[in-house]
Amino acid sequence: MPYETTLHHTFDNGLVLLGEKMPWLRSAAFAFMLPAGCRFESPDRLGLAGFVNEMIQRGAGNYSSRDLVAVQDNLGLDRSSSISTAHGSFGGSMPAESLLPALSLYADIVLRPHLPGDQIDDARQMCLQELAAAEDDLPQTLMNRLKQMHFGEVLGRNSLGDEAGLMAIDADDLRGFYQQHYQPRGAMLSVAGNFEWDEVRAHVESLFGNWKPTDPMPELAIDGRSGYEPIEHPSQQTHLGIAFPAVSYGDPDYYPMRASVGVLSDGMSSRLFTRVREERGLCYTISAGCHSTREGGGVFCYAGTTAERAQETLDVTLQELQAIADGVEEGELERLKVRIQSSLIMEQESSASRASAIVSDWYLLGRVQSRDELQQKIDALTTADLVDYWKRNPPRDLRIVTVGPEPLQVP
Amino acid sequence: MTLEFKQHTLANGLQIVAELNPSGYTAAFGFFVRSGARDEGPEERGLSHFLEHMVFKGTARRTAADVNRELDELGGQANAYTSEEQTVYYTTVLPKYQDRAIDLLCDIMRPALRDDDFQTERQVILEEIAKYDDQPPFGAFETSMELYFAGHPLGSRVLGTPESIGEMTSTAMRKYFERRYDPKNMVLSAAGCVDFDALVSQVESLASQWPTAAMPAMVPAPTSGGQAKIELEVPDSSQTYVIRVGAAPPNSSTDRFAMRMLVSMMGEEGGSRLFWDLIDTGRADVATMWTQEFQDAGLLFTYLSCAPEDVDANLALIDGAIEVFVKNGPAEDEIEQAKNRMCAGLILSSERPSNRMFSIGNAWQIRGVYETLDDQLKKYRSVDADDLQRVLAAYPMHYTTEVRTVSKASAE
Repeated sequence: MPYETTLHHTFDNGLVLLGEKMPWLRSAAFAFMLPAGCRFESPDRLGLAGFVNEMIQRGAGNYSSRDLVAVQDNLGLDRSSSISTAHGSFGGSMPAESLLPALSLYADIVLRPHLPGDQIDDARQMCLQELAAAEDDLPQTLMNRLKQMHFGEVLGRNSLGDEAGLMAIDADDLRGFYQQHYQPRGAMLSVAGNFEWDEVRAHVESLFGNWKPTDPMPELAIDGRSGYEPIEHPSQQTHLGIAFPAVSYGDPDYYPMRASVGVLSDGMSSRLFTRVREERGLCYTISAGCHSTREGGGVFCYAGTTAERAQETLDVTLQELQAIADGVEEGELERLKVRIQSSLIMEQESSASRASAIVSDWYLLGRVQSRDELQQKIDALTTADLVDYWKRNPPRDLRIVTVGPEPLQVP
Repeated sequence: MTLEFKQHTLANGLQIVAELNPSGYTAAFGFFVRSGARDEGPEERGLSHFLEHMVFKGTARRTAADVNRELDELGGQANAYTSEEQTVYYTTVLPKYQDRAIDLLCDIMRPALRDDDFQTERQVILEEIAKYDDQPPFGAFETSMELYFAGHPLGSRVLGTPESIGEMTSTAMRKYFERRYDPKNMVLSAAGCVDFDALVSQVESLASQWPTAAMPAMVPAPTSGGQAKIELEVPDSSQTYVIRVGAAPPNSSTDRFAMRMLVSMMGEEGGSRLFWDLIDTGRADVATMWTQEFQDAGLLFTYLSCAPEDVDANLALIDGAIEVFVKNGPAEDEIEQAKNRMCAGLILSSERPSNRMFSIGNAWQIRGVYETLDDQLKKYRSVDADDLQRVLAAYPMHYTTEVRTVSKASAE
């Protein structure tokens, strides 16, 4: 069954609009990515991107902060916002008839925020609360540190910022960041679900057509380093994270790499789950995944295990990471192919996951890869491709972080 | 679009319910077993959940590795969970895999419970307990339930304790299995692109021989909650976590819809009274309320996470907000906003057959009824201001149990 092709329009000011029709659904969803991520913060204002994202939702256009939430609720909008190193993003899914009014509302938020001075301290406290709460989440603390070692001080930043940065931010910082980075050049808006393309495109043009672009920001390179960092904590478990370099999303080697990581960690018969948890009972949670950006990528593994079993967990996990180069069974790859095919079909049931998939493709590739194309690439993979990739790119330059009562022995 | 509902009961009592959507992309299946913490005796704490793990460890026809491998071969999303009142095993697959998925699901409902697998899996459960002990709110939920239910098994820990899991035997598990995994105690729920006739004939051939036994009666829940207020010492933490538990309508009461709306207006995370008072102002990082409904008891939870020095002031704010709400009731536009928010949420989640499978399976197991999406929407739409006032008077958001964490490091 051929999938729908993605619709695309780039406005004169640079804003990219993408659409994928799913007329069998009662819902519609959008994903809106703005080039306003935390990589653009100055080192003494860490947390500014998230602070601005919070402030622009505190009143915009003709709406107060409370009005905005009331309108969103009455539209039936299930909404989200997030900050990555590159982007500040908004997303929402809703009954299909609410899509156009929802886009109007987000045009107010993005183009006409009040940035009310009397709410700066409340928003600052909110950001500080999030930062404090995150400290109690040990796996997150671990992965934040690992990401920073892997991608470097700027591209590996934690979007929550730090206390000094959040305390230093003032009204001028907020306005300056907003004016420079909330701009159409590099902004991408996708819609998926039950909608009319011509109607949506005309509506988006009327909302965002006059939005003025500013200069784009320069690209940055990954600046990571290998090493081991133990973080001592009186926890029950030792949490351990391992990262190593991998190819970027657009690289021809991406799918052999992605499939190898799938053999390690996709599904209940995958190697890490089977050999570390099922056969040895060493942990409850163990996983590996790849994270690719435009600049490059990485493989990230996590396991949580009681302190006395942590060393064995680390040793076995490292051994399994290397062992892909020794061979992959046909069955392992076959199962993975079925899982990927199923998940592509299951995406047809969710407008929100299509909206975010297509916008992320556009950012990473400059185009949207159709699901047929993706399916063909997956079908064409052989076990030899996986082994060959792993032999050429074995896990090396390891970055390892542990959080727990005692440090471990690392190679 | 009207979806067709079908139902069939095997001679041994196993029930099959299905909501058919021939144009769906997927088919979702789940076994709902009445087996949870409340069904465990004092020597059995954590057994329902441990058994849930063991169900994936092989059968007479399959090894543990076979089960995991076949689940992956079906490309689906399979998992299970255990709560106070039930254990649910489920998978969502492409329709072409229906018969293989049913073969596997039915087979694992008769697990081998091999002793060597039992010993290995015990370690995994101990790791799972340690994992939850490490994360906020560091066991405060479990402690609050224990105190609220004061000795009744509804309050005992679903995961058990390191001691109860350490002492568990596979013999005890086998006995428990025979008592709870009786077909009279089980519902197979299906939704999406399902071939119902094929489903029934396959389940008849696989499950009609499952034996039945005498069913122990459920111990009714206590009618009032335990009075307790304690401090719980936790490892070095940055925030303080407070859980309060009080009464709410049970699953058997139609008042639960009005109560859910009231609780949403007070404590919903994105725009409720507590949100504006505590989150929007940066006083706390979490200040929320929700209900949990059991067959014959309902709980109202209030959850606060904030800096240790702000706890008392924040609790006073919460108390004040509740007092005003109970005295004056909700405003008209607030009611409309809550209805719109909750109904849209239901519509969106119903797009996935897996969510419908859970919805119809639960309704059938707990109340013996089938409810369409429109029935569910009507339950919320028809709640009016008088209903809300009446339910608020009956359940005025009081609490009887409070658990507050204290960081070991900050106490030094």
